[in-house]
Amino acid sequence: MYRHTEFDRGFLAARNAQFRAQVERRLNGSLSEDEFKPLRLMNGLYLQLHAYMLRVAIPYGTLSGAQMRALADIADRWDRGYGHFTTRQNIQFNWPRLIDVPDMLDALAEAGLHSVQTSGNTVRNVTSDHFAGAAADEIADPRPVAELIRQWSTDHPEFQFLARKFKIAVTGSARDRAATRINDLGLRIVTRNGEQGFEVSIGGGLGRTPMIGRVLREFLPRADLLPYLEAVLGVYNRLGRRDNKFKARIKITVHEHGLDHVRDLVERRFALTRAAFGGADQDRLERIAADFAPPALRRAPTGAFDRACRSDPVFRAWADTNLSAHRDPGHTIVTVSLKAHGATPGDASSGQMRLLADLAERYGHDELRISHEQNVILPHVHKSDLPALHAALRAHGLATANIGLISDIIACPGMDYCALATARSIPVAQQIATRFDELRLEHEIGPLKIRISGCINACGHHHVAHIGILGLERAGVETYQITLGGDGTETAMLGERTGPGFSAGDILAAIERLVMAYLDLRAERSETFLQTYRRLGPAPFREALYPEARADAA
Amino acid sequence: MKRPYSPKIVTASDLAVGDVIYQTAEDGWSRALPEAEILCDEAHAQLRLIEAERQQNRIVGAYLAEVAIGENGPEPVHFREDFRRAGPSNYFHGKQENPRQPRP
Repeated sequence: MYRHTEFDRGFLAARNAQFRAQVERRLNGSLSEDEFKPLRLMNGLYLQLHAYMLRVAIPYGTLSGAQMRALADIADRWDRGYGHFTTRQNIQFNWPRLIDVPDMLDALAEAGLHSVQTSGNTVRNVTSDHFAGAAADEIADPRPVAELIRQWSTDHPEFQFLARKFKIAVTGSARDRAATRINDLGLRIVTRNGEQGFEVSIGGGLGRTPMIGRVLREFLPRADLLPYLEAVLGVYNRLGRRDNKFKARIKITVHEHGLDHVRDLVERRFALTRAAFGGADQDRLERIAADFAPPALRRAPTGAFDRACRSDPVFRAWADTNLSAHRDPGHTIVTVSLKAHGATPGDASSGQMRLLADLAERYGHDELRISHEQNVILPHVHKSDLPALHAALRAHGLATANIGLISDIIACPGMDYCALATARSIPVAQQIATRFDELRLEHEIGPLKIRISGCINACGHHHVAHIGILGLERAGVETYQITLGGDGTETAMLGERTGPGFSAGDILAAIERLVMAYLDLRAERSETFLQTYRRLGPAPFREALYPEARADAA
Repeated sequence: MKRPYSPKIVTASDLAVGDVIYQTAEDGWSRALPEAEILCDEAHAQLRLIEAERQQNRIVGAYLAEVAIGENGPEPVHFREDFRRAGPSNYFHGKQENPRQPRP
């Protein structure tokens, strides 16, 4: 794992001292809020409904046990004893006081963490596959490249005031677990004639104008990455609209100028940037890659795992849903659900964080990952350790067996916390998870992704959910619109809106009708919700959602 | 005929802490909505907002929020203001922890 160097430590110390002085000047009135706001946003500090919120980057979703423990300590000392993991592999603290934030940033820096560029119109925290370095289907670990981009983009003098924020995701597998197609720029590691490179897509994004990213370059040689990114950002910095915030993202730039024109401009600029890069970036990448050397996996019998599967049905159910194939057959990837039925999706208490840190050190080569689906991953666990790991998780309410199922819901903070929200998200997620747990139906229903956003900005990724829920305000009350058939993976697609929205009191029953209709409609038990929807289209699902419309027509 | 002005209060966030505060008639700030000054005249409300906005080193983001006048003084009209007055619905955190301002 990458450890901060002298340079990183020096940079963060200077940056944090600078912010401490800015906070002092704000508190004594020398800086107005208009002057201070862009400065605090550059350091991930928002002002939300009830309090400030500090967004801390978890670079490419990777944490060590010590870092997770540092987050727990920060939650206890300066917040309310918990943190919220987000859909962009960040952690948010919902209750910090402005006067404490400089100390929090210093504590983060000591743990090799920061909140730089987690907000503002800059390149944001680079996200990645949460199974990186462990997945059986991986071509190469994407994290060295993600770290290289972090170093290049952090405080990059040309790109601190872009037209709008810029999000990059990297994956090293054919199966896209990093949602690259809904990022401003997506990188997929691919091979051509035995050589590794990148497929580059641009212009993806959700929000008020959702778009799936399109391929800008089918094959970019590995060594050309930074000069090429510099060319893309340079073109966007010039073309991106600053007159209209809603048209400022690169997806609109591409839409207005056309992909081919943007590609021509990028290629022309790339010819210049490429000549300016002298290869120092490649030396740097090599040093970073050494930090991500795979852990020394042990060879041991896995009989304990097989025996537990046979004798313990609770363990077996958890193993069926929460384990994924590791590149080494003796190991497995464990996803720890932060979606206990009725709990707030993505929240972890400081006690749970410390337990996860301990378990990572004991059973998982000191590695933790945060997924954009708001769960925690132990990427390298030997199968023989699983029974003990499961028992420890269970004792702390972390053994929910629901990964990929209906209660594994993505939800943004919504109007319970967010100043931009138009409706709540969390209570809707809590209700759905609790209801289907009571019905004992979620394993029968099988893979189903429900995602909830509390406003049009779509932090909850509802457009790419199998069932998406968007919370809006209509005539002074919370209203929920449903979209169906979205997909955020390598076969990315935007969901379609079904029709009129539902009130807060009706949304749960509407989701239940939809899911019951699926159980009736599926051709066989193995046909997933998304497959059934793709086979039949929206009509039978609309009928289930709006039975009164059917009655009227009859 | 001119429409009657619906009552307002001045609300903001505390600069140092970030929590929700309300302007009082005594020119101070309270953390409890019942203590907010109710503004029934548009010109006076605008003046009070300007006076609030001048307190740059004390508050952030002052604005006028509509209220209804209930038995215990001002009550939020919009559900967003109701959340600001009480706190989030998933945890017992925020203003609802204060016995002076329980969730209604």
